[in-house]
Amino acid sequence: MIVARLALQSLRNRWATVLLTILAISVSVMLLLGVEKVRSGARDSFAGTVSGADLVIGARSGAMQLLLYSVFRIGNASNNVTWRSYEDIVSRPEVAWAIPLSLGDSHRGFRVIGTTPDYFEHLRYRGGQALKFAAGAPFDDLFDVVLGSDVASRLGYAIGDKIIIAHGAGSLGPRHDDLPFRVSGILARTGTPVDKSLHVSLKAIEAIHVDWRSGSRIPGQVTPADRLRQMSLPPRAITAAIIGLKSRLQVIGFQRVVNEYRAEPLSAVLPGVALQEMWGLVGTAETALLGVSAMVVVTSMLGLSAMILSTLNERRREIAILRSLGARPGTVAGLLVGEATLLTVAGIVIGSASLYAVLVVARPLIDRRFGIDIGVQPPSTTDALLLLAIFIGGMAAGFLPAYRAYRMSLANGMMVRT
Amino acid sequence: MNAEAATDAVRLHGVEYKWRARDAFGLSIGEFEVSRGERLLLLGASGSGKSTLLSLLTGLVSSQSGTLEILGTRLDKLSGGARDQFRAEHFGIIFQMFNLLPYGAVIDNVMLPLSFAPERRARAMAAGGTENEARRLLSALGLPADIGRQTAATLSVGQQQRVATARALIGSPEIVVADEPTSALDDGRQQDFLDLLFGQIDATKATLIMVSHDRRLAQHFTRVIELNDILATSKSGAPA
Repeated sequence: MIVARLALQSLRNRWATVLLTILAISVSVMLLLGVEKVRSGARDSFAGTVSGADLVIGARSGAMQLLLYSVFRIGNASNNVTWRSYEDIVSRPEVAWAIPLSLGDSHRGFRVIGTTPDYFEHLRYRGGQALKFAAGAPFDDLFDVVLGSDVASRLGYAIGDKIIIAHGAGSLGPRHDDLPFRVSGILARTGTPVDKSLHVSLKAIEAIHVDWRSGSRIPGQVTPADRLRQMSLPPRAITAAIIGLKSRLQVIGFQRVVNEYRAEPLSAVLPGVALQEMWGLVGTAETALLGVSAMVVVTSMLGLSAMILSTLNERRREIAILRSLGARPGTVAGLLVGEATLLTVAGIVIGSASLYAVLVVARPLIDRRFGIDIGVQPPSTTDALLLLAIFIGGMAAGFLPAYRAYRMSLANGMMVRT
Repeated sequence: MNAEAATDAVRLHGVEYKWRARDAFGLSIGEFEVSRGERLLLLGASGSGKSTLLSLLTGLVSSQSGTLEILGTRLDKLSGGARDQFRAEHFGIIFQMFNLLPYGAVIDNVMLPLSFAPERRARAMAAGGTENEARRLLSALGLPADIGRQTAATLSVGQQQRVATARALIGSPEIVVADEPTSALDDGRQQDFLDLLFGQIDATKATLIMVSHDRRLAQHFTRVIELNDILATSKSGAPA
């Protein structure tokens, strides 16, 4: 008890070095845990971009390309799927629900998606969460648009605002400026590409292209909005579709049906598999990141060891006094290992606590800025293992100084040198 | 006289010690014996090996050859850890530089040896509790009652010496060893200090071995020997 109390007083006596060491350890704990949190958060966000969907179908292309333009809204489709083929496929008995996607237009850099109200009902993300409306309702009128939350917040739109959709993906493309859309609804945040999309009905996509041929306006032809509302305008083609089946067991069979569809060359991909493949590409960077933070931890462990080693010289006297009073070498070594362990634990506790504090504060910011939702959950198994590794490392860092102290014999004898 | 008391406090025979293995010269002691309850003053000039002899007796260093019997136990046969245990249990040591832990509270410094010595702890407990015993010793050595909570670093040299003495005496070890404890004090204080020390030694019937270069201390001791007389082949017999 007295020995422990004196050991703590010894620590207090060296508070500046001790504090710096704890700081170094807690910073590296924060970094390692933080990287791990961001890593798993990014992976979960990525994998959760689309959930509950069994297949994504589009014109024949690679799985990743299809996924990129249909789910991530990056890049363009090489070809469309005709409406007739789409209807044929989704009318099959295996299909539970289907969301058609028609891409090609944009609004100030955000993609405009032509779809059906099924989009709001069936699209799921992150563990099967449904889309929710932060305000308003799905599109009802031909010229209604539903905004993703990023679109609304970045551009400052509210329900009832009028917006103009541009042709093509760039913000400088020709504009459908004769036909303004009214904001009918704004979706709640999802942290997926849905946030960066504008949603209109498939008919609206057809309507704004009535006066267009081959990507440019037909000169002199302007069809008024009211007349467009009365036109029937069946969709001619869509870009892709997200499909849910009645049974998961049918996925492979249905995928074959789509891939071997005779009327036109189509592809069907399993989004989960394609997402994993894509994450595999990013995985190297992820491992590198973890490697760097592991090195930071090793550095701080070496720092801990160096700190105790260097104070060992200052503490020769202290140790010699303890030894002369009967403390065995093992006791002294134990004190040093105990000290290293204590500092490591303090570093782990402070580091983890600060990380969680930072996470709580920064979580909305990170989610808004990067679309990565870093869950503030208790440490995962991986986190716990990392912390355990740090704990063991810290203890090990105490062994070298402890060994030196053990070897530092009583050669000083009665004359304990200062 | 029981069996334990029958053995001498210290019995050295043909002990050789070299500071480093290859040194040509070292300390060599033919015979050296101290009976229980003796107050022995060991005189020697600086550098004559007084402190080394004390280190040998207490097992702080170990001899290369010879037999070293303390309270009937062959110290030279003990392992390092057992020697530490033995020292903690049977020796109270007053170091020349006092060797207090400067950041520690005075009371903790005094009680520290008990952490390594169960028997001494038991004796201190029997005498009224370790903390009470520490306080009693501090006040018996003329220190103010409230000194226990102060850190050792804030004390004067004279106070540090008394704290070091209290630490050596707590739990009544059989042998008290003092290495020039009075060298930092002026004459008047030396006398005070020795009176207090002897008072406590008498109370516990401990054996006292003190080394010094100061002949004037001789009058206080039951026996005085010159270190030179026991070095090499010279012998020291029973008390004069």
